[in-house]
Amino acid sequence: MPDPMHQFQIQPIVPLEIFGFRADFTNSALFMVLAVVLVAGFLTFSMSGRSLVPTRLQSIAELSYEFVANMVRENVGTDGIRYFPFIFTLFSFILASNMLGMVPYSFTVTSHIIVTFALAAVVFLGVTVIGFVRHGLGFLKFFVPSGVPAALLPLLVVIEVISYLTRPISLSVRLFANMMAGHTMLKVFGAFVVALGVLGGWAPLAFMVAFTGLEILVAFLQAYVFAILTCIYLNDALHMHH
Amino acid sequence: MTAAQAAEKAGGMPQLDPSVFEPQLIWLAITFVTLYFLLSRIALPRIGEVIEERRDRIQRDIDEAERLNAETERAIAAYEQALAEARAKAHAIAQEARAALDAEVAEERGRVEAEIAERTAEAEAQIASARDAAMAHVDEVAAETAAAILEKLIGARASPDELRQALGRRGAGE
Repeated sequence: MPDPMHQFQIQPIVPLEIFGFRADFTNSALFMVLAVVLVAGFLTFSMSGRSLVPTRLQSIAELSYEFVANMVRENVGTDGIRYFPFIFTLFSFILASNMLGMVPYSFTVTSHIIVTFALAAVVFLGVTVIGFVRHGLGFLKFFVPSGVPAALLPLLVVIEVISYLTRPISLSVRLFANMMAGHTMLKVFGAFVVALGVLGGWAPLAFMVAFTGLEILVAFLQAYVFAILTCIYLNDALHMHH
Repeated sequence: MTAAQAAEKAGGMPQLDPSVFEPQLIWLAITFVTLYFLLSRIALPRIGEVIEERRDRIQRDIDEAERLNAETERAIAAYEQALAEARAKAHAIAQEARAALDAEVAEERGRVEAEIAERTAEAEAQIASARDAAMAHVDEVAAETAAAILEKLIGARASPDELRQALGRRGAGE
């Protein structure tokens, strides 16, 4: 039986070194570039007509724009529109990576914890910096819940700080674990189909078909969850709502 | 044998092999920053512009439609006012004509009635004069008849004055 973890293997394509860093162009890098080309290419190509009455492709581009814009507007407010390009980039990059990963024999960029963690860390650091720039040291009040007895405060502040610090971990692990688990599952059941052959392989094959549908949903959902949690964290930093 | 291959052989997770972190982070930074600039500088403003333009256009069209609608309503109001005025005018003209006609009829009737009254009076006067004349002749005829009777009965001839006196006494005696 083939190793289900093999699909997550990083394969160097072109060994590279940039400023002394190891920057090998790997299968992971290839799919990151593909995601960029796919997103930027689609958004540019579909909007090339700039028609008042949109074509189908233009409608999709506009729908995705409105979808993320509404997400930012509803969860962050009007002053969050400044960060809309970042949220859109984050959402479209993760969505494209997840969807490209659904193509057989491809590589899922977001199935690597280091990638999702780097994205989550950027969000976490960025949001924290925005919070301190916006409110100065007053941002520390974010960790002090209001309306609780003074005796409980030290404990609650510790809990708040820990929950804040675990945000990048939960954010990155959620995406990474979903992607890895889904693809591992598909691989395992794919191996079952082959192992059981023409006679018994139908059951796992039927399961795989259904599960692929679910995985496409998960691919979208996880990109959405990542983007909306970023919006919520951003809203906390901008408005300090609890 | 690379560390990755070693991890694979060991059946572990390739994601936890630290030797693949560096290239992935570098390429993530390159691709993500590239995508961010492509989207924020080119793609997203373009989409935003098109959406904004459409929203403006729709707003303009709605405004234009509202303006035209108001104009139509004004035209309808003006038309209805003109109609009401015309109707009132027509009514007034009809009233006037009727009044003029009534006056004419009344005048004519007055004239005709006056004429009838005049003729009646004339006729009455004629009748009265005819009667008077007849009455005057009656006395004369009575006197002649009386004289003739007297002559036949007694053979005397009464003077016209005596006869007239007798007739006048009789007339007064009644």
